[in-house]
Amino acid sequence: MNDVIQAAGLTKIYPAGKDRPPLRAVDGIDFAVRQGEVFGFLGPNGAGKTTTIRMLTGLTRPTSGSARIMGFDLAAEATQIKKHIGVVPETSNLYDELTALDNLVFSMQLYGVPRRERAARAEALLERFRLSEKRDTLFAKLSRGMKRALTIAAALAHHPPLVFLDEPTTGLDVMSARGLRQMIAGLRDEGVTVFLTTHYLEEAERLCDRMAVIVKGRIVALDTPGGLKAGAQEKTVVEVILEDADGRQEKRRLECSDGVEAAVQRALAEAAGKRVLAVNTLGPSLEDVFVRLTGLSAEVMLAEKGGKRGGGYAGG
Amino acid sequence: MLADDLRCMFYIALKDLRAYYFKPPNISWGILFPFAFVLAFAIRNPGETRDLVPGLLGLTILFGTSSMEAIVIVFERRLGSLERLMLAPVSLPALLGGKLLGGMAFGLTVTSVVLAVTLAVFGAGGVNWLLLVLALLLAAAAFSALGAFVSVAVREVFEAQTLANLIRFPMMFLGGVFVPLAAMPPALQVIARLLPLTYSVEALRAALSGGSWGSAMADLAVLAMFAVVLFALAVRVLAQRSE
Repeated sequence: MNDVIQAAGLTKIYPAGKDRPPLRAVDGIDFAVRQGEVFGFLGPNGAGKTTTIRMLTGLTRPTSGSARIMGFDLAAEATQIKKHIGVVPETSNLYDELTALDNLVFSMQLYGVPRRERAARAEALLERFRLSEKRDTLFAKLSRGMKRALTIAAALAHHPPLVFLDEPTTGLDVMSARGLRQMIAGLRDEGVTVFLTTHYLEEAERLCDRMAVIVKGRIVALDTPGGLKAGAQEKTVVEVILEDADGRQEKRRLECSDGVEAAVQRALAEAAGKRVLAVNTLGPSLEDVFVRLTGLSAEVMLAEKGGKRGGGYAGG
Repeated sequence: MLADDLRCMFYIALKDLRAYYFKPPNISWGILFPFAFVLAFAIRNPGETRDLVPGLLGLTILFGTSSMEAIVIVFERRLGSLERLMLAPVSLPALLGGKLLGGMAFGLTVTSVVLAVTLAVFGAGGVNWLLLVLALLLAAAAFSALGAFVSVAVREVFEAQTLANLIRFPMMFLGGVFVPLAAMPPALQVIARLLPLTYSVEALRAALSGGSWGSAMADLAVLAMFAVVLFALAVRVLAQRSE
């Protein structure tokens, strides 16, 4: 499988300002993103996620290090890279004064989509994002969810093989967020590579093939969600549901450091005449992994972002 | 690469004209404001009305190009939509060139209306058309570049408006619009020679009165220099601000 992003020693240091010392926002990160995967980039506020995206998309120059995007060198071929990527920033930033259709057409004009293809492609995108009825509505008059959807549609207008999505579902209602998550999964099915930052750990776990956790400018873990969780598991946790002679149920949780089999045997031994209804082995959640790596709870991270746990994310 | 840049310049200008420039308040402001100023002066000095035409055209193109241009970039930067353009496959000079082109197109459009009215009133006899077109184009480029520079140099829309007015209003009174350069005190003449409006009014005066190319060529060259220097400064500042 080809790597569409290869970053080596990527570093960004912002020089000292009037009231602040120099800031090492990204500190020598190395990673690769494979073609066709959804790659999650997780970390608390100020960890370096957005700076990394800004460097990879050519918005800001790395202080040192290098990267190749779609085979092009970031330092020397930024314009070529821009032709092959779509970027959805954290804020929906299309033009308030243009209609939904005109915003899409303008995106295509910038990226050199042939004139004869523009109208059909714009209509198809509006249809795909359920915005056909809003084609002639000014961007300013669309709901928040619709603005987000149209911003993503505009990033896809030139059929980029690599898309950067920066917090795509933050601040959206449950249904809009669910629709966008389905759309992101659909992009992967079409072979589009997605670089995704999100504060919703459940969302990352559900969507991402692999994910990196960045803390204070450094990548502290990079694996599949399953791999990250397995790596974080120090003890086997077994949950046993028991029922006594009077039909009362009881749930017990046992921790064992010498494997699943020993844990189950211990759990059965603890039953002591009670009926065993179920024995479940429990793994760590992605949130456990995140807390361990960052020292920050998911709640704190969402609060920092102004998000609300369970608001934007509700499965799907 | 060049084809990408030219295409993006064209569409950025077109988008700006549709989204920001061709709105009723801009059109009426662009035409009525210079007229009102010149009318006030003409009422006081009725015999010299015809002499005010080059200044009227200069003012129209100054305010027509720079008023919106000076706030468009800072406005888009605040909304994040400037970043969309910076993510597109277009160089920074071409991006800013698109903005410049939009300002020029609007300024030249409103100036054409004012020009048509003044020629209808005072007649078109003796006009050096080629010189007139060159003077209008170069003045539009210089003032649009001034607007772009103001827009990238500040962070807020109100700062852009304040800075633009700090530059334009003194220029209006010292740029030979109401008082010919030769009639000014020597010290003010030195200041006037530092202002692009002076050269545009002088070139327009030569074009409208069938004057010689000799001195007008120097005026055109200075206007071109203002356009190039201000544009280059705007590109540099925008590049620094983007980091």
